[in-house]
Amino acid sequence: MDDEISVRIGGDAGQGVESIAGGFAKALARAGLHVFTAPDYRSRIRGGHNFHQIRAGVRPIFAQRTPADLLVAMTPETIDVHLAQLPPGAAVLYDEALRLEDRIRYRLDAEQLRARDLRLMPVPLARIAADHGSRVMMSTAALGALGGVTGVPLDMISEVTRDTFARKGADVVGANLAVAAAAHRVAEQRHGGFGSPLPHGDGRRRMLLHGNHAFALGALAGGCRFMAAYPMTPATSIVEYLASVAAEHDVVTKHAEDEIAAVCMAIGAAHVGARAMTATSGGGFSLMTEALGLAGITETPLVVVNVQRGGPSTGLSTRTEQADLLFALHASNGEFPRIVIAPGSVEECFEAGWRAFNLAERYQCPVIVLSDLFLASSLQTVEPGAFDLDAVPIDRGALVASGTASILGGETSHRTVGDGSAGKTATAHAWEPGTYPRYAVTDSGVSPRPLPGDPAAVFGAASTEHTQDGHITEEVHTRVAMMRKRMRKEQAALREDIRAPRRFGPEEPELTLVCWGSTVGAAREVATQFTATGRPAAVLQFHDLWPFPAAAAAAALDVAGLTIGVEQNFTGQLAKLIRMSTGRQLDRQILAYDGRPFSPQEILTAVEQALAGAEEIHLVSGEPPLPRETEVGVNV
Amino acid sequence: MSSATASSFDTWVKPTWCPGCGDFGILAAVKHALTDLAIAPHETLVVSGIGCGSKLPDYMHVNGFQTLHGRPLAVATGAKLANHQLTVVVVDGDGDAYGIGGNHFIHTVRRNTDVTHLVENNQIYALTKGQYSPTTPQGRVTTTSPEGVIERAVNPVALALTMGATFVARAFAGEPTHLAGVIKQAVSHRGYALIDVLQPCVVFNRINTYQWYSERIYKLDDAGHDPQDRAAAERAAVEWDDRIPIGVIYREDGVPTYEEQLPALRDGPLVGRSLTERAAFDGLKNQFM
Ligand SMILES: Cc1ncc(C[n+]2csc(CCOP(=O)(O)OP(=O)(O)O)c2C)c(N)n1
Ligand code: SF4
Repeated sequence: MDDEISVRIGGDAGQGVESIAGGFAKALARAGLHVFTAPDYRSRIRGGHNFHQIRAGVRPIFAQRTPADLLVAMTPETIDVHLAQLPPGAAVLYDEALRLEDRIRYRLDAEQLRARDLRLMPVPLARIAADHGSRVMMSTAALGALGGVTGVPLDMISEVTRDTFARKGADVVGANLAVAAAAHRVAEQRHGGFGSPLPHGDGRRRMLLHGNHAFALGALAGGCRFMAAYPMTPATSIVEYLASVAAEHDVVTKHAEDEIAAVCMAIGAAHVGARAMTATSGGGFSLMTEALGLAGITETPLVVVNVQRGGPSTGLSTRTEQADLLFALHASNGEFPRIVIAPGSVEECFEAGWRAFNLAERYQCPVIVLSDLFLASSLQTVEPGAFDLDAVPIDRGALVASGTASILGGETSHRTVGDGSAGKTATAHAWEPGTYPRYAVTDSGVSPRPLPGDPAAVFGAASTEHTQDGHITEEVHTRVAMMRKRMRKEQAALREDIRAPRRFGPEEPELTLVCWGSTVGAAREVATQFTATGRPAAVLQFHDLWPFPAAAAAAALDVAGLTIGVEQNFTGQLAKLIRMSTGRQLDRQILAYDGRPFSPQEILTAVEQALAGAEEIHLVSGEPPLPRETEVGVNV
Repeated sequence: MSSATASSFDTWVKPTWCPGCGDFGILAAVKHALTDLAIAPHETLVVSGIGCGSKLPDYMHVNGFQTLHGRPLAVATGAKLANHQLTVVVVDGDGDAYGIGGNHFIHTVRRNTDVTHLVENNQIYALTKGQYSPTTPQGRVTTTSPEGVIERAVNPVALALTMGATFVARAFAGEPTHLAGVIKQAVSHRGYALIDVLQPCVVFNRINTYQWYSERIYKLDDAGHDPQDRAAAERAAVEWDDRIPIGVIYREDGVPTYEEQLPALRDGPLVGRSLTERAAFDGLKNQFM
């Protein structure tokens, strides 16, 4: 494709692969291109092969692409691991001093290179770094050289270099600028315009960020006031980011002693009225499940983010998966209303950040946001206007303004905060004067909610079944009334807030890819390609997963043509959910659980197989296996 | 300040505790202490766990939150951080506090969050009918230790002290007036305050009875104990069996609480902040450009 470029940068952990990729991506974004980067790292701090893939083009990009047009190799191993995947015409940029004969598997013979039209681009990276700054500036040299060969102007490279090192003082900035400039010049002279030159951007400045940061910004926009969390990859960057801005933005972040404490702290904070959340990944979410039920029965507005990674158990700690869907729907004992949403893009992560709080307060129930590692950690350009503060509504549901609740002859009256549309006045019930019927039975299931501290409304809350005024009970009719009251919230949410699955593509498709979460990006690209070749293909994205929009799903599937589920798990969890809720079975399934994100090419090939009749395709990534000595020795 | 009276905290709900249970004395003492301190029901949040004693907030007219077994400290921490103007009292059992919630106990002590923690220590799991708890003495026969408990018992008071608690006390449910006095000091203390309350369970613990305690306890105040004296506190913390001291064992004033040190809380409680004044948002966006 000549309107986009795909670059892969690989090296040992600790070699600055991430900063090269981050810097290059930023320079491309500032050049007005749409950028998408996917990190690929393993569970190690130093050593071990990591890589980043960057795609940039003139149209928005939502997925990674293999193979790359250009490989930047910081070690011989990088070449060893990735060479086989390079397409004809691709280039390899590497340090002149690398001893290529150290490569483990591939012999880089001239014949082979010529046959695939590969182009080697040695640059004396280490020497340039040493001559103009210091040896540790290898990654800056690589960034400069990368700019030189792809035609990114030096001033763009200099600008990001300056930003990166600004905090380290003028000397460090100066030396890095010199290194970048020298490497840029040498690389441009020797290898400039290497065959896949940089497409022209439109000059617009866009934000470049990943799903976790977008979510955190959305949460801030939505008035998040409290976050407690226990670090777990890949969720950690949410709390780290909020902690870094907490003081100026009226937020308390708490690194709790474990996930159980984290979710319970969030429940405590939400109970007294702060918009509160926690974020974790699968194993941590497992620990939180008891407390999820506590939020359910005490009707506490709680936001829990589960950034999924490969399971089961500690599984693939730095790899992506979408295998917690059915777990999220059923996590915790017993039955209570909950809402589960799954953003599929960086923009949707921002929206999920504030929308989750609105839903949690409108329905006074836990809201689970299912993200995944790929979405959480892929940098993507977005239009700044997509994060529009003025367009962020804040709906506090049936929150009762302090001092306004009063109890008159068995009826409550109160003024609610915000539009309060979800709140209905409590119906008659006998309670003791002075104790507020916090759990009043209402038509919508949502009861007016005062906050502790309100002089007009003292109330009890309990994890046990309770009366309308919050006292422990096992009385049969109260139990029934309370179960019905709580569960009514799911019907109310379904009517008022839950979104139907969203279709991308032509109205009468021959085939439809059915997905959720980050998979949507790659699937959309595939659908576009199919449509372009005269076979109309669509994507059906399930964003709101519970309460499940069954009627809308059934209607959408009826006009979907051949339906193909595309999911990053072994058992086809969305397909099961669809079948469970609508009775409809998807025609085909494409499933992957190797921890690697889907690339459009992979899906494309699998769809061809599906069209040829294969009912269930279990994908294995196109990545060649790593050499054993690289693969073993996890040290985190 | 409010006009709390002795009956402000009364409610219509009748406790389901066994007649003679030590939890009655604790309930009376909590109501009494809050009344004396002129803290009104609406200014208070009483957070409990699960167990016999954790039903306590259900029997008071107060903002109560009965949470999960072992988790009240974590819930209370979140509540306190979100609204530090509330008087937060945690009431739970020894199983809650020192067993399933042991991790939270350690870290709440360390944080010095301004909560009062009353542990109803009956040295047994009562609500689940008689299994041994972390404070059950070694050798004691219970339903889950038919040959006698093998582990050593936790000494919660000594544990809290060594972890840096700024207020550590022991009290006895059979002396509610004394207990109320200790609760008043604990609530007035700025920082985490542990009161380990010796609570007779008349059904499942037939050894540590009112009489057993009465024969052993003595009041630290009467013995001229200085709670600011660390060495004396350490001695008192490990005194048990023949003579059991009750009262404030240790107190260290002036240590900043966790919430006092949070920049975001300097302008008042989080819950009062406007959710729509988000002026600096463009600055945040620019970080990503
Ligand atoms: C996660 C969990 N595990 C076990 C229980 C069962 N359970 C209820 S109360 C209790 C122990 C009660 O002992 P303690 O905390 O000392 O309180 P007491 O009843 O003695 O006042 C247990 C184990 C539970 N409710 N939740
Ligand atoms: S079982 Fe023991 S602790 Fe529980 S109510 Fe009865 S006497 Fe009290």
